[in-house]
Amino acid sequence: MDLDSALWPKGVQRCTFPKFMIGITVVSVVLVWGVYAALLCWFKGLNQTNMNDYYGFALWIWADLAVIALGGGAFFTGFLRYLVKKDELKHIINYAVLIGFICYSSAQLILGIDVGQPLRGWFIFWHANVHSMLTEVAFCLSCYFVVLCIEYIPLILENRQLDKVPFFHHLGHNMHGIMAIFAATGAFLSCFHQGSLGGVSGVLFGRPFGFREGVFIWPWTFFLFTWSAAACGPCFTILVTKLTEAISKKQLVKPNVVDLLAKISGWMLFTYIIAKTVDTWYWAFVTVPSKGFNWAFFYSNNDFYGTWILWLEIVICGYIPALLLITKKTRQTNSTLWIAIILASIGVCVNRWALVLQVMAPPVMPFDTWALYIPSWQEVATTILPVAYGVMLIMISFRYLPIFPQERELNPITN
Amino acid sequence: MFPFSFEWAWDMSHIVFMGGLWYALSIIGAGLTYCIIKAAVDTLKGDAGTGDHH
Amino acid sequence: MKNNHNNGKAKKFGMVIDLDKCTGCGSCMVACMSENNVPFKADETDKRLSITWMLVYKLNNGKSHPDYDECYLPRPCMQCEGDHGHSPCVSVCPAVATDYSHETGIVSQIYTRCFGCRYCMAACPYHARYFNWWDPAWPADMEKYLSPNVSPRMRGIVEKCGFCFHRYQLAMDKAYYEGRDELEEGEYQTSCTQACPAGAIVFGDLNNPKHAVHKIALPDSKHGGRPKNPNAFRLLERLGTNPKVYYLSSRKWVRDSGDNYRPDEK
Repeated sequence: MDLDSALWPKGVQRCTFPKFMIGITVVSVVLVWGVYAALLCWFKGLNQTNMNDYYGFALWIWADLAVIALGGGAFFTGFLRYLVKKDELKHIINYAVLIGFICYSSAQLILGIDVGQPLRGWFIFWHANVHSMLTEVAFCLSCYFVVLCIEYIPLILENRQLDKVPFFHHLGHNMHGIMAIFAATGAFLSCFHQGSLGGVSGVLFGRPFGFREGVFIWPWTFFLFTWSAAACGPCFTILVTKLTEAISKKQLVKPNVVDLLAKISGWMLFTYIIAKTVDTWYWAFVTVPSKGFNWAFFYSNNDFYGTWILWLEIVICGYIPALLLITKKTRQTNSTLWIAIILASIGVCVNRWALVLQVMAPPVMPFDTWALYIPSWQEVATTILPVAYGVMLIMISFRYLPIFPQERELNPITN
Repeated sequence: MFPFSFEWAWDMSHIVFMGGLWYALSIIGAGLTYCIIKAAVDTLKGDAGTGDHH
Repeated sequence: MKNNHNNGKAKKFGMVIDLDKCTGCGSCMVACMSENNVPFKADETDKRLSITWMLVYKLNNGKSHPDYDECYLPRPCMQCEGDHGHSPCVSVCPAVATDYSHETGIVSQIYTRCFGCRYCMAACPYHARYFNWWDPAWPADMEKYLSPNVSPRMRGIVEKCGFCFHRYQLAMDKAYYEGRDELEEGEYQTSCTQACPAGAIVFGDLNNPKHAVHKIALPDSKHGGRPKNPNAFRLLERLGTNPKVYYLSSRKWVRDSGDNYRPDEK
């Protein structure tokens, strides 16, 4: 019997408490480093960063968009589980929700550090400009975070000790009962905030690198962002699940569940990357020339912003994982599945990088200069902070909450 | 966000945007209220408070 | 973003800058900083951290001697109208901290409303918007020289040129006191206009045919304000920003420097 075993889910084995605490301590060190950097930014201001008037978006804004895309597994898995009624996914939905919760809470924290006057953050809600993509992001992001809390709370209430409290038990039970409604609301909100994040650079008609035509008020990137989050978010959920399995040295989810999610993800990714290719082609040969630019100009200044980024995003981290995931044989082979989910997760991050940070780099006025930016240590630490926080929350949740319903069956305790 | 803030205008963009927002918030709020009230009622009824959620 | 139309009397304040006259002396920059209480730091080495509402660029024709030629281009905020007030920065601001006035054609910046997300800076292709990375500070005695008509800006927000809007307010106050609701051309002029020793900057109402700016640029209201004067041009006209700052030059390479052209268009 371990010190805290009364808190573990029924019928599962966990590492010893001292071992767990060593892990927590290591992660805490990184966390404290990140918190220190964040506090510096809050108290001393954004002069702690290497941003400037040309390059006004920081590394952490990329991280913000990337984690929101990667956290897209929560809304899309929820959508498939509760609305499309893919029942098998109930065995992975808890983890998708937890990962989503981590990603979205991190995103909120990052936004809180990123703004110059954090105490005025509420202006975005109170004095909302409904024409701004950022307003849409803020509203839908915050509302969806509430939905994620609602989805995560029942999981917390399922802790063996908390569940003994009748009110908590009933509350968790009732929340499960109407989870489909919350999931539907979450899917609705997610479509809009993922999309409006795509719209953030898509509407910038003064910045031809990011600007996209579109339909009605939405640029094409609006739809592409939602699509790519739905495609790559579940890949990240699978990736973190497999990492957790590798670290805990036990199988937590049955292969058929992973296979189903990977297959859907694969087809989403395959269709997305075709649409992305068409979008890129249209941008390069229609949109940009109409503004007086040659598309190659945007990749011409330095190796860092070279055309390799297009190849990496669309071919290596787009078509390759898509094909690996839609092909039954490679999807069901462990090594190729690993490659596919890693590439897909990298791909969506590269896409967010290109469409948010790279937009800042090329000059628009013909006599202007390129802008390059190397983040300061404060920015790096603040960007790593959510990773440490995420690892810690996963460690605690995995230890004390029944996240994987199939764990007991797959790992019977024999003593 | 509210009709009494001076930026507010009764135009289509505000109606669609804020309509969607308040609709979503109402569903979340109503759902949560229902869960809490029902949990309180169930608890007062004296259900055992055990068993699986799924 | 309410459209405050002024019963057909809407102004469209704009500027014409004659680049053939500009000597690049920087008086406009200094006058602007002084007039608008623009803060500065002890170390201004990194120009991308310096706040310069008015910034003079140095252009050259890319040729070597004896064909080399150069030109100075002062760049204030372009007060873009975009498509019916849909200027690049105004529509993106999430908190309505910047607005397009249909009454004056000036893009305002509300310092106490801005919370520093910098989305407007990303949207502006002219880099006319500046962020206060530090708290504003002046040497002790200099604080006495600050203009009482312009509020200094705090750390963490965006600021930019507003065509010395406080001067417009003062002029309108005076006119109101005198029972008028219209201003004479000379009653409202920006500090950079008045400071330019070469007289390269002309300021006024583009909607008013009697004003010099209108006479020089000849804005074509049917085509988004495009200048009919063959020597006049606007920066990045092709993007559809519809700016209200016009430039003049008799040199073709200077006019061509105002916009982007593909190699096959040249």
